[in-house]
Amino acid sequence: MSDIMSDVLGLVDIPLEEFGVLGKDEYVSEVVNRPSVGYWKDAWRRLRKNKLAMIGLCIIIIYTIMAIIGPWMTSFSYRTNYLMETNIRPNAQHWFGTDVLGRDLWARVWVGARISLFIGLVAALVQTFLGILIGGVAGYFGGNLDLVIMRIVDILSGIPFLIFVILIMMVIGSGLFPIIITFAITGWLGMARLVRGQVLQLKEQDFMTAAKAMGASSSRLILKHLIPNMSGVIIVTLTMRIPQAIFTEAFLSYIGLGVKPPMTSWGQLANAGGQVMQVHPYQLLIPAFFISTMMLALQLFGDGLRDALDPKLRK
Amino acid sequence: MNNFEKLVEINNIKKYFSMSRGRILKAVDDVSFYINKGETLGLVGESGCGKTTLGRVVNRIYQQTEGQVIFEGKDISHYSKKDYKGITREMQMIFQDPYTSLDARMTTGEIIAEGMVIHNLYKQKDRTNRVFELLNLVGLNKEHINRFPHEFSGGQRQRIGIARALAIEPKFIVCDEPISALDVSVQSQIVNLLMRLQREFGLTYLFIAHDLSMVKHISDRVAVMYLGSVVELTESNDLYKNPLHPYTQSLLSAIPIADPILSANRQRMLLQGEVPSPINTPPGCKFKNRCPHASGDCSEEAPILREVSPGHFVACHLVN
Ligand SMILES: Nc1ncnc2c1ncn2[C@@H]1O[C@H](COP(=O)(O)OP(=O)(O)O)[C@@H](O)[C@H]1O
Ligand SMILES: [Mg+2]
Repeated sequence: MSDIMSDVLGLVDIPLEEFGVLGKDEYVSEVVNRPSVGYWKDAWRRLRKNKLAMIGLCIIIIYTIMAIIGPWMTSFSYRTNYLMETNIRPNAQHWFGTDVLGRDLWARVWVGARISLFIGLVAALVQTFLGILIGGVAGYFGGNLDLVIMRIVDILSGIPFLIFVILIMMVIGSGLFPIIITFAITGWLGMARLVRGQVLQLKEQDFMTAAKAMGASSSRLILKHLIPNMSGVIIVTLTMRIPQAIFTEAFLSYIGLGVKPPMTSWGQLANAGGQVMQVHPYQLLIPAFFISTMMLALQLFGDGLRDALDPKLRK
Repeated sequence: MNNFEKLVEINNIKKYFSMSRGRILKAVDDVSFYINKGETLGLVGESGCGKTTLGRVVNRIYQQTEGQVIFEGKDISHYSKKDYKGITREMQMIFQDPYTSLDARMTTGEIIAEGMVIHNLYKQKDRTNRVFELLNLVGLNKEHINRFPHEFSGGQRQRIGIARALAIEPKFIVCDEPISALDVSVQSQIVNLLMRLQREFGLTYLFIAHDLSMVKHISDRVAVMYLGSVVELTESNDLYKNPLHPYTQSLLSAIPIADPILSANRQRMLLQGEVPSPINTPPGCKFKNRCPHASGDCSEEAPILREVSPGHFVACHLVN
């Protein structure tokens, strides 16, 4: 080969050690150009690639937006009874029809969405927050504190849910606020157990010791190492908690402890629809459709999020 | 000996763990040694004999039950939270298990930079350059900076762990069995890397291992540990040529030799019995139930570590 040729090919100045087995490092070249990102950005990038999770996210966003603007899109109020127009099937005027008392179901579905989503979200967030805080403290600091906290958890989880509900309702009455309080008080127990277990397992690992040996403060250890490593489990549990709270609220409405009519929720709408299911099936099918698609969306999104938060699953 | 400067010195260190039902586990029982600046002290012993515990006491991750830790002439046996942060800049650690020692949720760059962030070293931009520099130093590429630990092999992960330890320019590193979990072919690469870094930066190591085969290459002196105590401590050549403690002799005879003739002529010294539990160790020499030469004296009284020839310390009644 002439000098010019080798010059052109750039072969002249390549030292011997630059040569290697081809194909062995395909993996390297594949990821070389990935932009510089941190953990959360990388997780978001992975989440965006997950079609099912994105469909779930879209449904969640659409329902949330509709919960906000839906009731205003029709001129009918969710609480006005049009006694001449009861049980009308969906039509151009009443998009989802009307119920037994002649109230517009479109308005009621989206007002109900406000209540259901609000209860689901707030209950899940409060439970998660309390669970992480209390379970985290128990697991992280250990010792007698752990012992006391976990005994309290054991005792509380021995008390049936309904007793809590009835006690709280007796003290503060029924309605939205007492329901959320009830969920908050009863729901964190499982989360606290879960978080404590995770913390106990993680805190013995060498990467925690390494960070400690590096001078990391407790808050850094918890925020930068413990929580990201638990985030997958926590988020999946969180997304399960939202539908659970929506369902439980429906159950409470059924026994008369939920939000009071004319205020409504998805669970209550489904209940009311269930009573006239054989004559007017649309009154059950419409709220049932929204409840189930929302659950599905949360599930898909939660699964996607868990996978995105686990770098090991990166493609 | 006096022209060496001691960097780390521990005196009569004991570390006891309280177990259930009031029992006490003596993980480290009265250990003293020093490490000179720029030196590597090897620490060898079977798994469970207290090496990790001792390393962590030296590194101030564990607080000792009794005894004294001195670093650069300063007593750091007891320290405040603020002192501790200062100590962490001087002493670092490399771990045995390359799979659990790196946070799976952080990129290589974040892992290596963490120490700089904690100690607020360099500006944001310079940190990235420093990470590149460190990656290069331990034999990794710039491109590795955004990858997550699981994308690497065991040896590469150990390199990341080394880079992390070096990032804040410590003077002293406890290497806790850094090669035990690696393939044999990779072990020598990591040992060579550690030795090169030591020369380059004047580092001081406490190098922990569970067998004697690799320790010789990297250590200036070697301490042999048995059930929480040091039984022999001497220069590494001396230890290999002239092991005095029966336990050291048995460890040495377990090293495979590449030369078939030497290997065939060698006397293997297989130990009988089990290591006693570190809970409720019987009085006398801890090694007596496995020692081929044990006599009446050995059950009476625990032998203390004494200097039998200059720089050669042994804890055995049978050595004169
Ligand atoms: N945090 C701890 N709590 C109770 N016992 C421990 C703890 N750490 C280590 N030990 C015990 O101390 C002894 C020495 O352990 P270790 O220092 O890990 O040994 P090595 O590193 O030599 O294998 C073992 O018996 C082990 O079970
Ligand atoms: Mg160990």
